[in-house]
Amino acid sequence: MELDKNCVIKTQHLQKEYRLGVIGTGTLRNDIQSWIAKKRGKEDPNRRIGAEEYKKGDTFLAVDDIDLEIMRGERVGIIGANGAGKSTLLKLLSRITSPSDGEIAYRGRIASMLEVGTGFHPELTGRENVYLNGAILGMTRADVDRKIDDIIAFSECEKFIDTPVKRYSSGMFVKLAFSVAAHLDAEIMIMDEVLAVGDMKFQKKCINKMRELAVDENRTVLYVSHNMGTIQDLCSRCIVLDHGKKVYDGEVDEAIKLYMGGDNDEFFMATYEDQYKNPVRRHDLNLTQVKYNGRTTNLFYDNEPLKLELTWENLEDIPSLSLRVEVQDPRRIPVTSYIIEDFYSGKKGETHTQRFSFDISKIAQGRYFTRYVFYNKKDATAAYEDIEDAAGLIFRRQVSDTLKRKWHRSWGSVRLGNIQLEND
Amino acid sequence: MQNESITYITAKSKWYRINFKELWRYRDLVLLFVKRNITTSYKQTILGPLWIIINPLISTVVFTVIFGVIANTSPAGVPQFLFYMSGNLLWSFFSSCLGKGSGTFLGNARLFGKVYFPRLCTPVADMAYSFLNYAIQMIVFVILTIVYACITPFVQPNWVLALVPLMVLQTAVLGMGVGLIISSITTKYRDLNILVSFGVSLWMYITPVVYPVARIPDWLYPLFMLNPVAPIMESYRYAFLGTGSFEWFYWLISLGVTVLVALFGLVVFSKVEKNFIDTV
Repeated sequence: MELDKNCVIKTQHLQKEYRLGVIGTGTLRNDIQSWIAKKRGKEDPNRRIGAEEYKKGDTFLAVDDIDLEIMRGERVGIIGANGAGKSTLLKLLSRITSPSDGEIAYRGRIASMLEVGTGFHPELTGRENVYLNGAILGMTRADVDRKIDDIIAFSECEKFIDTPVKRYSSGMFVKLAFSVAAHLDAEIMIMDEVLAVGDMKFQKKCINKMRELAVDENRTVLYVSHNMGTIQDLCSRCIVLDHGKKVYDGEVDEAIKLYMGGDNDEFFMATYEDQYKNPVRRHDLNLTQVKYNGRTTNLFYDNEPLKLELTWENLEDIPSLSLRVEVQDPRRIPVTSYIIEDFYSGKKGETHTQRFSFDISKIAQGRYFTRYVFYNKKDATAAYEDIEDAAGLIFRRQVSDTLKRKWHRSWGSVRLGNIQLEND
Repeated sequence: MQNESITYITAKSKWYRINFKELWRYRDLVLLFVKRNITTSYKQTILGPLWIIINPLISTVVFTVIFGVIANTSPAGVPQFLFYMSGNLLWSFFSSCLGKGSGTFLGNARLFGKVYFPRLCTPVADMAYSFLNYAIQMIVFVILTIVYACITPFVQPNWVLALVPLMVLQTAVLGMGVGLIISSITTKYRDLNILVSFGVSLWMYITPVVYPVARIPDWLYPLFMLNPVAPIMESYRYAFLGTGSFEWFYWLISLGVTVLVALFGLVVFSKVEKNFIDTV
């Protein structure tokens, strides 16, 4: 396999196969017993009754025929649902396990951070652990000597650097561990969700550091995460994996859209009826139906308001009912909420259908989730502990081209309009 | 400084490929592992590293009382304490190499599952750490030997001492080789893990640790000396104390077996290390 001049990682037909079921019975005695029984055509004495029998050929491909070519200085995000093969791919690249088929070639050294603080020993001091962890990650003592001051400064743990790490708070531990990793010399850095820890400020600092390494020093970064925010922040390219296969490779925004639920029109043009299957049921109220008022799709254009029709059944007397509808982006981060207070009262046993209208003209183009929160305004403290919410309908905003101008996803989900010039 | 070397990983690699060059590149890691073991072994103990010496002294006293005074297994004339101490030290060095080697995969599964470095770093570091302990104990032993050599005619250090460094290395390599083989098998079968603990103590009894080879009947002798540790033990003791014998023939066989075991261990180890994380 040839590697182009600017290519740092290349894989061809990369595959990793795992056998399903239990590998052996775990003890030599039982394995021999099973083997003898099989030879004599008897039933395996160690097979659990009722357990599914996996045949010899029962395997599954955690990584299925993946071809990759990653260039120097690229910051590549890898996303996908659990079990899509992200971690296995990283493990193959970082040589923790070897492929069942295909090949990998890479240029330079790979430093993998599949976990922060691997090999930290609780009894050793921060400084000793920096040396140890650095060595585990492939640095020589001289390398660490050269960088120790930077590492300690970056970790913000100067004061405690000569204290055993078992006395550290988990935050400090993580900061120190990440600092070591961030100061590696390797040409290729592989990170698996390691930034999910640490406070926001430090996370930001880490992301910036990684970006700096890639941009200023032409290092290559591979980053796996479920946090789309950090993927957007850090990566210049994104790969989507699904069931071991590469389903997308390219623009970060596109990749996230795809991963966030098949953002194709086919899905959105479909009727929404199936989306809402778990009505809210609380002690005093049972939300039985949610639907769009007079529509069969969940696509809303331009200035069209979102109209909802909710039906509920009173399980008790309801003196006062308030409703908050939360709008969330695909990352499930609330964009805004709509509130109506004290709009209904009813007696036990009644069923009520109410229509609502929402002005969504300021919400940018995209896909949103809704969430319904019923509460009692008068009895605010008691009511809030009683709040039940439901994963509501999903709707999609479509803004026609004339209005769209150039709104980029990363600018936010709410369009508040133009800036007004102010002249003295 | 950019490193431009290209690494290839394929599904099938040659079975005999043991990357010593890479191991050498990670020598600092080996040193740090040793240092970690030293600094963490005796944390929160009162006597600290003194245990390295106290341990074998106590067990030697017990050996002297049980095997020397009660069973009287040591050859006449030779100071009993010295006799048992020589066997005890070398044997505990051997069993420590074996025990640590056999725990390589299981004991480090978490670490190995998260980061790549030449897996051989850990057994090599463990071996070095065991050697360090042994070396400290040997200082005490050598001092005692010199003292005894001055006061009694039965202690006669001789030219075989020149071979002792090689024997010590052989002991370490043999122990580690057996350990690596066991470690490779335990990734799948935990049975051996249990076997190791009592297997090693059984092995001690078929090795001339607490008795001299002279006690072995002639008909059993050739078979007895096929145990690769037996000739080492006997020659080693002969070198320091002048009791027993040194036989090139059996020692060279033992050396050959050691080389074979070590090679086999390395091959199995390097075969298993690539995928063990999937089965462990």
